[in-house]
Amino acid sequence: MTGQTALLAVEKVETFYGNIRALNGVDVSVNKGEIVALIGANGAGKSTLMMTICGAPHARSGRIVFEGTDITTMPTHEIARLRIAQSPEGRRIFPRMSVRENLQMGASLDNMQYFDQDVEKVFTLFPRLKERIDQRGGTLSGGEQQMLSIGRALMARPKLLLLDEPSLGLAPLIVKQIFDAIRELNRTEGLTVFLVEQNAFGALKLAHRGYVMVNGAVTMSGSGRDLLANPEVRAAYLEGGRH
Amino acid sequence: MTAISDTTTRQASSPYGEAARQALWAALLSFGLFFFFIGLESTQDISNRLILQSHWVTLAIVVALVALGRFLFIAFVIPAVDRRRANRAPIAVVDEKDQSFIRRHRFKIMIALLVLYPIFILSTAGLQGSLKWVNNFGVQVLIYVMLAWGLNIVVGLAGLLDLGYVAFYAVGAYAYALLGTEFGLSFWILLPAAGIMAAFWGIILGFPVLRLRGDYLAIVTLAFGEIIRLVLINWREVTNGSAGISGIPKITFFGLFDFNISSPDYILKVLPESIVTLFALRPSGAYYTIFLYYLILALAMLTAFVTIRLRRLPVGRAWEALREDEIACRSLGINTTNTKLTAFAIGAMFGGFAGAFFAARQGFINPESFVFLQSAIILAIVVLGGMGSLSGIAIAALVMIGGMEILREMQFLKIVFGQSFTPELYRMLLFGIAMVVVMVWKPRGFVGSREPTAYLKEARAVSSTFTKEGHG
Repeated sequence: MTGQTALLAVEKVETFYGNIRALNGVDVSVNKGEIVALIGANGAGKSTLMMTICGAPHARSGRIVFEGTDITTMPTHEIARLRIAQSPEGRRIFPRMSVRENLQMGASLDNMQYFDQDVEKVFTLFPRLKERIDQRGGTLSGGEQQMLSIGRALMARPKLLLLDEPSLGLAPLIVKQIFDAIRELNRTEGLTVFLVEQNAFGALKLAHRGYVMVNGAVTMSGSGRDLLANPEVRAAYLEGGRH
Repeated sequence: MTAISDTTTRQASSPYGEAARQALWAALLSFGLFFFFIGLESTQDISNRLILQSHWVTLAIVVALVALGRFLFIAFVIPAVDRRRANRAPIAVVDEKDQSFIRRHRFKIMIALLVLYPIFILSTAGLQGSLKWVNNFGVQVLIYVMLAWGLNIVVGLAGLLDLGYVAFYAVGAYAYALLGTEFGLSFWILLPAAGIMAAFWGIILGFPVLRLRGDYLAIVTLAFGEIIRLVLINWREVTNGSAGISGIPKITFFGLFDFNISSPDYILKVLPESIVTLFALRPSGAYYTIFLYYLILALAMLTAFVTIRLRRLPVGRAWEALREDEIACRSLGINTTNTKLTAFAIGAMFGGFAGAFFAARQGFINPESFVFLQSAIILAIVVLGGMGSLSGIAIAALVMIGGMEILREMQFLKIVFGQSFTPELYRMLLFGIAMVVVMVWKPRGFVGSREPTAYLKEARAVSSTFTKEGHG
């Protein structure tokens, strides 16, 4: 961790929805080749941090730096062009477009130059999508839609992949498939992943490092294993306790 | 009444007895209902006294029609529907090879029919008789097809609800009318100019509404359409206000010959003598009409061609993605600002082309041609046809605009409803009924399915069950 330059550095970021402060000076960093998980209860500000990194909404104060570029005030599409790909909360696939068209939309940054090889890569990762290639996104099951959402993000050849609640509303078996796929991507290609999860156990087991967020601020951080072992984290997020 | 809900009972007994009984009830009910609406009319006589006038014959006809309709419905329609429901086989996947020749080549056949249409009319109705059919029917329908295809880019593909589309039509029309009458420029120079000007206004409209979607966008575009119309009415020095602009120059055949009988370049004077005598061509306004028909056909085909090509390009796909999910688009690196503006600009451009053509065809324009109702009709055609579907929109335009024109021909209705009956006054009623019927039966328009632009082996149309209702 130390000595490495962070790929993404979020420094003292505050984000507001109108007058309501959602993020209260958040510091998070993600190094190259890491999987970093952010866990927290409902309304802690996890998704807001994710969206703030993408520039919708913009941070009111603080700084977000990606590969040495200050992206705090950049418009969303320009941030995406720096190869920060996102699989947003609620998946947000294009329901009336086919699986293939959805993947094409993901590849629009490179003008389809690498489409064929990248699409093969997505299909080896998620063979289910290959069976559904000409099917419309909206007709896929929840798990398949999540795979499509991640696959679409991967088509952009990201340097940093942001995943917002990839396990939301999915059967445990599918969650395992998706987490395995993320681990595989990280191991074989060194893909850097920053994921937001409510499924604290799965996320911390997957991640190299983790952050715990409470009321718009990071309260704890450490390696995934340490956090899993931490009695406070266990009480709050793993054993059904309340924070 | 139990017979209605219980199919087996109804089929066991003869449907005719039940139908007759129901018809009687319907007749009684309609008699009660229409007695005061149709049967009696209060009018003033010469000495200003209120007297009751009776229309017993009309009332009898209406009641009889209702009874007959109910009888036919119960005796034939319901059993037929039941039989079809019982026989309905599981939906088979249709193989492309098994489809008939007509089905496979339906678009080519349609275009061929459109090209042959004036020739057919000419041969059946003669030179003068063809005028009405080619102009009122052919050209009129094709103008709306083109307008609806242009609006389809904005509403159907990009999903931006535009209620002021007629503004761009007006911009194109006035661009040609003003520049043509003031500077005497040719249509062929002014056609692209009108398109560019409309596209420019499309961008002007686009900028302030970039952040709006759905209802809010619709209201602003509606206001924009009205602003353009009010400017045209009030800016008298330039637009001549409500009086409009007349004497708009006709279109020439690429400057080779024209259609003014007095002009030295008149078509019959330019054509070789042998051709004129061979076909026994006489001076007539029909040549110009037929020329206009082919011109608007070409312009409409251009619109369709551009739409089909754009859908396969990144910008077209970005439009469709934008319609689906704007936030997802942005997070994929798509500049939604530019995407929206190009949709507005290109949609407006085709509106401008159609406007220039309209001005040239009419020879006279005033702001009355560009009222909100026009926008509503064009939008209705897009919605009826099925958002995004070119063939569906063409069918809808034919039914709506063609249907209105056909109503003018329905003179026999006067025999039924009296001499004062003017069928074309009921065109809006027809329009409304058609809208309701189509939206009940096919809530996603005539052609609700969407053809994917990218596929592995064959294009499988996306069933209309999954396309959204009403919205783009």
